[in-house]
Amino acid sequence: MNKNLGWKLLLIVATLLVFLYGIFGIPKGLSGSALADSLQNRIHLGLDLKGGTHLILQVQVNDAVKVEADNALQRMKEALRTQKINYADITQPDPAARPDQIVIKGVAPESSGDLRTIVNDRLPEYDLASGAENTWTISMKPQALTQLKTRAVEQAIETIRNRIDQLGVSEPTIQEHGLGQYQILVQLPGVDDPARVKQIMQSTAMLEIRQSIGGPYPSEQAALQEHGGVLPPDTVLLPGTSRAGGEEGGQSWYLISRSAAVTGRDLRSAGASTDENGQPAVGFNLTGEGGRKFFAFTSAHVKDSLAVVLDGKVQSVATIDEPIHDSGIIRGRFTEQEVKDQSMILRSGALPAGIKYLEERTVGPSLGAESIRAGVEAAIIGMVAVLVFMLVYYHGAGINADVALILNLVILLGFLGFSGATLTLPGIAGVILTVGMGVDSNVLIFERIREELRNGKTPPSAVEQGFGHAWITIVDTHVTTIVSAFILFIFGTGPVKGFAVTLTFGLLANLFTAVFVSRVIFDYILSRKQRGEALSIG
Amino acid sequence: MEFFREPNIDFLSKKWYFLAFSLVFSFAGVLSMLFWHGIPLGVDFRGGTLVYVKFSHTPDDNAIRAAMDRVNLKNAKIQRYGTNNEVLIDLDVRETSEQALDQGKTLIINALETNAPAGKQDLNNASSLTIQNYLLDKDPLRAGTDANQRYAAAAQAVVNYRDKVRGGVLTSFDDLKSGVDPGVAASLSDGFFLSDFGVRNVEIVGPQVGSQLQTQAKLAVLYSLAGMLVYLAFRFEWIYGVAAVVTVFHDTLITVGAFSLANKEMSLTVIAAILTLIGYSNNDTIVIFDRIRENLKLMRRESLAQIVNKSINQTLSRTILTAGLTFLTVLALYLFGGEVLHGFSFALVIGILIGTYSSIAIAAPILVAYQEWRTKRGKRPQVLVSGKDAVRRDKVKVKAKA
Repeated sequence: MNKNLGWKLLLIVATLLVFLYGIFGIPKGLSGSALADSLQNRIHLGLDLKGGTHLILQVQVNDAVKVEADNALQRMKEALRTQKINYADITQPDPAARPDQIVIKGVAPESSGDLRTIVNDRLPEYDLASGAENTWTISMKPQALTQLKTRAVEQAIETIRNRIDQLGVSEPTIQEHGLGQYQILVQLPGVDDPARVKQIMQSTAMLEIRQSIGGPYPSEQAALQEHGGVLPPDTVLLPGTSRAGGEEGGQSWYLISRSAAVTGRDLRSAGASTDENGQPAVGFNLTGEGGRKFFAFTSAHVKDSLAVVLDGKVQSVATIDEPIHDSGIIRGRFTEQEVKDQSMILRSGALPAGIKYLEERTVGPSLGAESIRAGVEAAIIGMVAVLVFMLVYYHGAGINADVALILNLVILLGFLGFSGATLTLPGIAGVILTVGMGVDSNVLIFERIREELRNGKTPPSAVEQGFGHAWITIVDTHVTTIVSAFILFIFGTGPVKGFAVTLTFGLLANLFTAVFVSRVIFDYILSRKQRGEALSIG
Repeated sequence: MEFFREPNIDFLSKKWYFLAFSLVFSFAGVLSMLFWHGIPLGVDFRGGTLVYVKFSHTPDDNAIRAAMDRVNLKNAKIQRYGTNNEVLIDLDVRETSEQALDQGKTLIINALETNAPAGKQDLNNASSLTIQNYLLDKDPLRAGTDANQRYAAAAQAVVNYRDKVRGGVLTSFDDLKSGVDPGVAASLSDGFFLSDFGVRNVEIVGPQVGSQLQTQAKLAVLYSLAGMLVYLAFRFEWIYGVAAVVTVFHDTLITVGAFSLANKEMSLTVIAAILTLIGYSNNDTIVIFDRIRENLKLMRRESLAQIVNKSINQTLSRTILTAGLTFLTVLALYLFGGEVLHGFSFALVIGILIGTYSSIAIAAPILVAYQEWRTKRGKRPQVLVSGKDAVRRDKVKVKAKA
């Protein structure tokens, strides 16, 4: 018995030391500030406590689908032309709701076999379905569609991570959020002014260099009139930014070729540069492949104009004086900061689709500091009240409960240190609740021991019975509460998740302290008592 | 010390009082939810823009309202918050686009910055980056190659001093001189002014996220209840699970009702509190059920009502003590835990009172009522022992026959 007890005591002390290490690591000294320092290193505080910005954004995955379908539409047109299949019309009937759908009307019945072959060979990711009156619908296979959307979200996360890394935010969190809603969670500790970060993240940075055919025009109508009401084939009208020339604040429109000579994918690097007048401009270099494409394009279009199109807006238009190999500048009335941001965005790559902000929370550091102070204060007051009450109500056994409670707290905080889980303000509340609910196990056991003593049992057998009976109840109560906490963890976000984590850890620790540790202390006390001597339990 | 020494209270005879009490409170809550305040939803669930502003002096609500009216934010709610000159401005717009919500924030800040000197920026609402860029530009320390680093550190020091030492709002540049490098402070006083407020916290929740969170919260509560039901049906008998779930539902209803009656907003953390309360109330119920199960085996002669009464009395001391101690900690949280946790601790204060009451007054009587209902229909009365024990009892019977 005694030898056994020794081992148990050793186990308890070892546990205490391990979890103390979890809380403090190896502190530099034993002074208060050194301990506080190492505590801060080990326990990660949530955004609501240390301040920062929390954003939830949604990837507009349909953008990516639209781009893919546009591409397919072009390939289809070309194939129909080369195979000499006649058709009346090829369109995307509902680009908003079904961006993956292409409808071809008026295909002669005898060509349907050829059409099938084209779709099978050229567009393996699409299904072909026939409709009434020689109409055919091509739509993306569900599996391919899902894949495309998932990839868009992954790519967006990657791009945003690149951009945020370059901003120098420490320990950002960028991850998928929610269940299949194409949402991304971005947490930026210490960022208290989200406006610029949002701007930088939001920019899709689709860079394209296309041929400029005409413009600027003051309005879309004016541009149409210029061409007799119909745009030349394979051209589009694009708006210019106010910087692209024209009047400040006024509208300008350009007639631009539909296809691009080079895109952001051909970019090797981008950086701050200046134009011939010494104004800030974004300079870029193309990859070898991109350079070859660009050279071929500029050689074929000397004396024509090219347009730098960023996110569907014409940034600048310039005349091609001579063939260009692999570098150029984007001119515009940029400030230096804008040039820096813009080139950083270009370097980080394009977003596959636009993003939309769904939620933004910014916690100033002053509020976080105050929350910590208030939360810790409440925790200490609650804890002391409970500790004192247990001593008064249960006398000797109260010490027992108090030791168990304090150890419970040490283990809980140690868990947080080891696991790297974040402590949020509701998490602190979880710690406080653990104290209140943790004491329940002790109360259950002690009340049962008292009852057994009243029924005339000897102290050792009363302790034995008390623990034995209470154990079943304690397991039941803990399991049900952990079920609640687990569900909270699955459904909750941010701070609420932090609460679920501390509550669960606290309850698990409680199983060990209230049942095992408390029992060992009782056994130790009993082993030193004379037979028949009373137990101090109030 | 001992509060209760072998109490012997006939709880079951008072079940009609309990029922009346519960009905009154449930109905008051439900009526308020239906016809009075509804269920007041916080920004988490309804979407909208909330800006928490701290002033350097006691704020004048009328002046703030006038400022909001000037920028056409007519239906902005202005509410005192906490004790330190803080105001919460709630745009209270529903069903708007995310962009509109974002603009609302900028509008609020601009509206409050009424006396901005031309060409100066507001230091109380400047981010460390803004300060850093300004310092880089002015270069007051004549920093050399490491200017970037030095000014980043200086800007951070200014922000830290403002937020952590002065609680978010600076009142004079002389203050600043005592906290950071005087050269930096002097330079800042040239390009910045001090408004009388600082924005501490901004929450913008789009309508899409709001409705998504609503669904999640409802699901979380439902799954939690289902989880309890399954576990208890597995550990005891299904009627115990039903009784416990009815009890917890009763607690949840009254707690949400209390939020409606007090017109307090439900937020995500309140949902967390309600789920905790579900766990807590169940604890209480299980402790009593466990005792009933134990006593059923020991006392074969007594009626179920007697056994239930005895079980409640035997565990009464523990019930009151635990409730009291948990209540103590939650009360500490409510009183000292700060404004952010107010809704959370309010839910728990109510919930612990109700949860403790209900395990005695609702859960246990349901067991007895079910038993009586079965007896009246002429079924075998013994259904209240767990599966394992029932088997054992059958074996005993078989032995007796043999």
